Amino acid sequence: MSVLSVNDYADFNRLKELLQVTDGNLASHLKVLEEAQYIGVTKTFVGRKPNSRYRVTPLGKSEFKKHIEALEKLIK
Amino acid sequence: MLFIIIFTLYFKELYNMEEKNYLHDIREIKSLMNRSSRFMSLSGLSGILAGVYALIGAGIAYFYFLPNEGDLLLLHSHQFKILVFILIGVFVLSLATAIGLTIRKTKKNNEKIWDPTTQKLLISFLIPFVVGAAYILIKLNSQHYGLTASLMLIFYGLALVNASKYTFGHVQYLGYVQIILGLICAIFPGYGLWFWAAGFGLGHMVYGTVMYCNEIRK
Repeated sequence: MSVLSVNDYADFNRLKELLQVTDGNLASHLKVLEEAQYIGVTKTFVGRKPNSRYRVTPLGKSEFKKHIEALEKLIK
Repeated sequence: MLFIIIFTLYFKELYNMEEKNYLHDIREIKSLMNRSSRFMSLSGLSGILAGVYALIGAGIAYFYFLPNEGDLLLLHSHQFKILVFILIGVFVLSLATAIGLTIRKTKKNNEKIWDPTTQKLLISFLIPFVVGAAYILIKLNSQHYGLTASLMLIFYGLALVNASKYTFGHVQYLGYVQIILGLICAIFPGYGLWFWAAGFGLGHMVYGTVMYCNEIRK
């Protein structure tokens, strides 16, 4: 969510290299976020390779913002 | 009584641990946001060196090649070509130094040299830069070189401000300074070389020094 909130979109592999997790780990986290409708995915092909592109939804953006604000309040 | 004391101590420790976790979470969120959208490895040293090259170039131009008052600077004259040559030399040297030092720093930081962030950085810098270069060349072609220094400063400043959102170090402030210098330069035609030296020379050196000090501190 952190990555997607400051970038227009991120590919699966980009997320993987930023978060340093395994394919399966990332995929399951992404699925949960997708089901909660916090992120959206566009699946295309680059040549012959499948490519999944993720973006944040308005709902996801506001929920993440609330999350950050809650965290900040707790530290103060 | 003892029980209450132990309980309070335990509760405090739990609370502190939780606080540390939240702090850790926030730090990680911020770090991910930065790592994914900003290029972290720009080298301050390259700024200092770029400033040095520019000052040397301006010095050479001033003492050896600038025409006297009243002389016309002909477009295809020997002098003009040398000036352009100096200009390109300063630019190429600065660019090569910046790229070299930055690559060295990216390797140290374990950052990738070529990823979506650096692409965005480069494009956002190049758009104003290339437009400015094209405009200046067009003007030079029609013998209008009075505003060259001013235009260079302004477009370079705009390019910096535009690229600043993809990197660190408050580059936008250097950009603002160049823009302001360029505008003032336009008010005082004839002093182009001074403003050019101030902007590309002093400006870079000051900025590079500040950035370098910050880097060393970390």
